[in-house]
Amino acid sequence: MRRIISVLLENEPGALSRVVGLFSQRNYNIETLTVAPTEDETLSRLTVTTTGSDKVIEQITKQLNKLIEVVKLVDLTEGSHIERELMLVKLKATGAQRAEIKRTVDIFRGQIVDVTSTVYTVQLAGNSDKLDAFIQAVGTAGVLEVVRSGVSGIARGEKVLSL
Amino acid sequence: MELLSGADMLIRSLQDEGIEYIYGYPGGAALHIYDALFRQDSVKHILVRHEQAAVHMADGYARASGKPGTVLVTSGPGATNTITGIATAFMDSIPMVVLCGQVASTLIGEDAFQETDMIGVSRPVVKHNLSVRHPEEIPEIIKKAYYIASTGRPGPVVVDIPKDMTTPNERYEYVYPKKIKLRSYNPAVRGHTGQIRKAVDMLLAAKRPMIYAGGGVILGKASDQMTEFTRLLGYPITNTLMGIGCYPASDKQHLGWLGMHGTYESNMAMHHADLILCVGARFDDRVTNATEKFCPGARIIHIDIDPASISKTVEADVPIVGPVDAVLREMIGLIKESSEKPDADALKAWWKQIDDWRAFHGMRYETSPDVIKPQEVVEMLHRLTNGDAFVTTDVGQHQMFAAQYYKFDRPNRWINSGGLGTMGFGLPAAMGVKLNYPEDEVLCITGEGSIQMNIQELSTCSQYNLPVKIINLNNQALGMVKQWQDMNYESRHSQSYMESLPDFIKLAEAYGHVGIRIDRKEDLEPKLKEALAMKDRLVFLDIHVDRFEHVYPMQVARGAMKDMWLSKTERV
Repeated sequence: MRRIISVLLENEPGALSRVVGLFSQRNYNIETLTVAPTEDETLSRLTVTTTGSDKVIEQITKQLNKLIEVVKLVDLTEGSHIERELMLVKLKATGAQRAEIKRTVDIFRGQIVDVTSTVYTVQLAGNSDKLDAFIQAVGTAGVLEVVRSGVSGIARGEKVLSL
Repeated sequence: MELLSGADMLIRSLQDEGIEYIYGYPGGAALHIYDALFRQDSVKHILVRHEQAAVHMADGYARASGKPGTVLVTSGPGATNTITGIATAFMDSIPMVVLCGQVASTLIGEDAFQETDMIGVSRPVVKHNLSVRHPEEIPEIIKKAYYIASTGRPGPVVVDIPKDMTTPNERYEYVYPKKIKLRSYNPAVRGHTGQIRKAVDMLLAAKRPMIYAGGGVILGKASDQMTEFTRLLGYPITNTLMGIGCYPASDKQHLGWLGMHGTYESNMAMHHADLILCVGARFDDRVTNATEKFCPGARIIHIDIDPASISKTVEADVPIVGPVDAVLREMIGLIKESSEKPDADALKAWWKQIDDWRAFHGMRYETSPDVIKPQEVVEMLHRLTNGDAFVTTDVGQHQMFAAQYYKFDRPNRWINSGGLGTMGFGLPAAMGVKLNYPEDEVLCITGEGSIQMNIQELSTCSQYNLPVKIINLNNQALGMVKQWQDMNYESRHSQSYMESLPDFIKLAEAYGHVGIRIDRKEDLEPKLKEALAMKDRLVFLDIHVDRFEHVYPMQVARGAMKDMWLSKTERV
């Protein structure tokens, strides 16, 4: 099962490599990984999406918690949550394709953020399925380049992950 | 206000931490530190012949004393040579601080002479590692290193110290912190009372209970509580290889140790139990055999300081996270208060069954009129040292024979590399013990394969006068490899035989020690006595034992706990 684990990490050199190292040492999957400092500059927020049985996920969260630099973590998929991923995609856009792509971008509520005579660069945010669906809709043949940020997530409602 | 250089701060921090001995080897990046060491005499440095041995010495000391060991090495090869030792300590949760020199911070990343990314290299085998970025941080980093190494589930901590952090003429204010608090590291100090109550109810209702204790009982200094608890209930207890000594082996309630080469009665009792109380152990694959066949009728209570050890390989019905001494103490209180008592009839029947298993096999081997059996050497050593020596081992058949036939009644006396299985561990570990316990008998039971992995340390033993007794059970083969080849590869002995072994007697003598060869059975006892009587000499006993002996019992691969070979021909 796919899980989104959100981690508050001491913002120190080497802390990220411990998290990444843990996943490879123990043979866990990383599907996406995002990390950036938070409003408290001593802390980073790291989001990792992974897949595994309940037993594996339990081990992942326990092993992450064991890392000295991990301050707190939450498995967002245990409750209702919001997940978002940002995608920038360069599409071949000539002739009749230009109008068709524009329509599809509008349907997906994306934006064209850069234009040349032959290329549109599209920005799209949403959950990962939506981004996949967009690529499918425009057709992989026209896709020149894709950059995805990986998933960020936050719990719905009043629940917060903080110190 | 006291101003000190980084190097002096480092040594002062060790003094303030109460460190008496450090084990190490100098080199370029550590020279400022070695100079600071030279200018004082309360922290004493032991110069080994290979950095791996320094780590095993610190490790041997830590296992015997329960206190963290300390290592000091230089950058690059000095640091990488410690890795096997650090991994050994990591697998067995041994508290240790390894101080590594590093090239100057201005050179890091430039492939400087003797530069290695020690933080990166050591990361998978340490509890934590720390890098010094400013000399002023040194006291706090040292305090933090010892705190992390020795609390919670203990483990090795590496501190990487770039050379420019220890420059002699740059001085800073020295203050050694009294306490350290980390917001992201708070090991449990007690167990969950609700879970403990539930566990006690289950324990008192059990018909076929079994206590399975591990190295965590020794690391958690909880042998007294473990013993009181077990006697209070009158239940059978087994322990892991790492847990040897956590409960007196000579006591009737003790069934010996369990797992791959555990006793028949322990493995049978585990398999047939209806309740298993696991205390400070981790259901390692050398204990459980095939996990899907593990103890089919048992409910499991698991006490451990490390939540990640619980339900990792075998799922616990009642997990209790906490220090084993505190949890056992609370359980003892609840059992004493409880109106419920263990089911006497059920327990009587259970003990009857266990005694039948004991009578069926117990620990046994066939003796021979002329060939020396490795098991009888160990039994004789046990007798001649009144079961009270520190025993270190290397890894292989001799290790199993030592664990099976030297009956330990006290914790911290059995010292071996259980998790990583490091050959070359025994001699340096014995040296670390002897240095700190000079009045005690320290035996290193080893084999002719293992001893050669750190034999250069005989030189260190001469320098510091460390009169350990080396018992080399020489079967002229890598015995455990050969045993597996006999059992699984139709006796194709691929690379398990060593031609041209050295003359160990001359070798010992070359280093200034005493060497004694024993190859006749009638010489065994008098020569062992002779060696043990030489209190102030290192004696290397080269004992030629049966070359064809196997270790039994041995669990059948991928079977249940109860599936064992009891000899070359008997399988149950």
